[in-house]
Amino acid sequence: MLEINDLHAGIGEREILRGISLKVNAGEIHAVMGPNGSGKSTLAQVLAGNPSYEVTRGTVRYNGQDLLEMDPEVRAQNGIFLAFQYPVEIPGVSNAYFLRSAYNEIRKANGMEEVDPLEFLDLVEEKLKLVDMDQAMLSRSVNQGFSGGEKKRNEILQMAVLSPRLAILDETDSGLDIDALRVVAEGVNKLRSPENATIVVTHYQRLLNYIVPDYVHVLAGGRIVKSGGKELALQLEEKGYDWIQNTRPTEVATA
Amino acid sequence: MSTIAVPEPMAAYRENFERQAEGPDWLDALRREGFERFESLGFPTTKNEDWHFTSVAAIAEQTFHPAMVSSPDVTSEGSTAGMVAPADLERFNFGELGWHTFVFVNGEFSEDLSSFAGLPKDVRVTSLATAIRSGIGRPERHLGKIAAYDSHAFTALNTAFIRDGAFVELQANVVVEQPIHLVFVSEGSGEAIAHPRNLIVAAPNSRATVIESYVSVRDSCYFTNAVTEISLGEGARLDHYKLQRESAKSFHVGTVQVRQARASQLHSFSFAVGGSLARTNIYTSLDGDGATCTLNGLYLTDGTQHIDNQTSIEHIAPNCPSHEVYKGVLDGRSHGVFNGKVYVHPEAQKTDGKQSNNNLLLSPSARVDTKPQLEIFADDVKCTHGATVGRLDELAMFYLRSRGIGPETARMLLTYAFAADVLEMIELEPLKKALEEMVLSRFAAA
Repeated sequence: MLEINDLHAGIGEREILRGISLKVNAGEIHAVMGPNGSGKSTLAQVLAGNPSYEVTRGTVRYNGQDLLEMDPEVRAQNGIFLAFQYPVEIPGVSNAYFLRSAYNEIRKANGMEEVDPLEFLDLVEEKLKLVDMDQAMLSRSVNQGFSGGEKKRNEILQMAVLSPRLAILDETDSGLDIDALRVVAEGVNKLRSPENATIVVTHYQRLLNYIVPDYVHVLAGGRIVKSGGKELALQLEEKGYDWIQNTRPTEVATA
Repeated sequence: MSTIAVPEPMAAYRENFERQAEGPDWLDALRREGFERFESLGFPTTKNEDWHFTSVAAIAEQTFHPAMVSSPDVTSEGSTAGMVAPADLERFNFGELGWHTFVFVNGEFSEDLSSFAGLPKDVRVTSLATAIRSGIGRPERHLGKIAAYDSHAFTALNTAFIRDGAFVELQANVVVEQPIHLVFVSEGSGEAIAHPRNLIVAAPNSRATVIESYVSVRDSCYFTNAVTEISLGEGARLDHYKLQRESAKSFHVGTVQVRQARASQLHSFSFAVGGSLARTNIYTSLDGDGATCTLNGLYLTDGTQHIDNQTSIEHIAPNCPSHEVYKGVLDGRSHGVFNGKVYVHPEAQKTDGKQSNNNLLLSPSARVDTKPQLEIFADDVKCTHGATVGRLDELAMFYLRSRGIGPETARMLLTYAFAADVLEMIELEPLKKALEEMVLSRFAAA
């Protein structure tokens, strides 16, 4: 589904990703872990197409297409979804209107008919239950005045409504208490299917107790320095990132 | 070479002034005072602090002729009304058939185009020309007493040419449920000038909504120079909407000047989208204890438009709250101006004043000048003010795009949201809806 090859990217003169290669197949969950500043969020933003980042080298294929050539909205229309680490507040645009616009734009791009507000409400009501959100949240402005937990739930709600093929969760666990974490994780797990893939970007192992990954990759200094199964996350938890940062990438490659 | 000298614009004003039909003595005297003030003040230049960001040279250098109206010895019926068809006005009345609609063509009342059958009996709306002729309601008690023609050239010019407009009188305690809609339509045969003059007198504890719409049926160059004087008695409440939707080539200067007695409430909303050069002044004076005002506004400019908004709130009496929010969205090579003055006089203790002006620039060549001004001469007051000028938030753009929404729609959504925030404060639901749709379709088309 996704094939990243020697990806280099950064902001302005500053290179943040220094040669990432990663392959994600349908049905898989990949965890990308790493210390602060390792480039985890940059990877997520670059995959979603944030124009603030510049890709300087490498390729990304998505279902056989050149992902880097696609505008952000085209990526979304093709099934890519990024749950933001810091969801953006949009005063004056209601959550319901925003969600419906996104849903309809994606349907339109895929040759499907748009749904009217009433049909959409039926659909969204079901998804609200999934993330344990109140319907009142729909009439509020997008993320405005939402608590940290509400914002994260709202991201998962959008994900549930838009049902992406490749979901990227960027630090979705940060700032969540344990109950909210469980709700968010359950939401993600319910959306899991053999056709879909998920990349979970996280600093802590905690979330991975609830969303169990097939593969874990450790990022440091803009490179993947270690890859393994879910047990790698537990090792990291135990030994800390210092353990990895002292490992040379070449050793990983031969391991 | 032509032997006929083209009159200088000022000479033309004098000529037209002298040529006016005579009125009652009090009116002739008032007009004369107005004209003398206009001649001595002259058109303001950018050296004038009140006009620092707005040059009116395009108005001052042009010779306008008086807009076509019926001759004084003929009733208005079937004269100016013939120049505008009822169908022309449909798009300006928001489909609200229950509203009391008074239509003025080139500043002159047109009974044919108006509809006001259900007006309550404790409300009198007459054409000012009729009131002047018949003496009904004695407009001389208020005309020229509120609007400062001694210091404002355009108000002085309007005063020199007082002829017609709306005269709204609310008797004590009357509540007018349906809005009174005053529609000033320019029929738009070029280079014409009209001076609509309105007077709204609200007796104690009366309540009404008045909408002033300035519109045109033709995209031509003309000049509307309007003045509205408003007197609010004790405990009276007026919701006043000024909708400036003039033709793109026109000039518009409109002044609304208000005096507020004790515990009266003014809720003003100014919507400005029209004109090539337009200025709206909303001035109020909180004369009585506990009087309140909210002055809100939205201006949208594009192309080479220049839209200037000036407000002034005089806190004369104590315990008066005043709230003000103006927003501007500027595109193309347009220029927007906001100047909001709040004066707190020494007697005006416990004043609670809030003022903000926020602007969104959609293009690199659009420009806005904002000048919130707060002058406080009392010591026990709570006043805040602030202004912002910004561009569309790139992060918000990316957020929307990452959800499958294309850049044009995303830009439209964010721009609309910025403007809708102030429309949200409009209490008159059908008008709020209509303006929201108007703004949305404007940004959708952009």
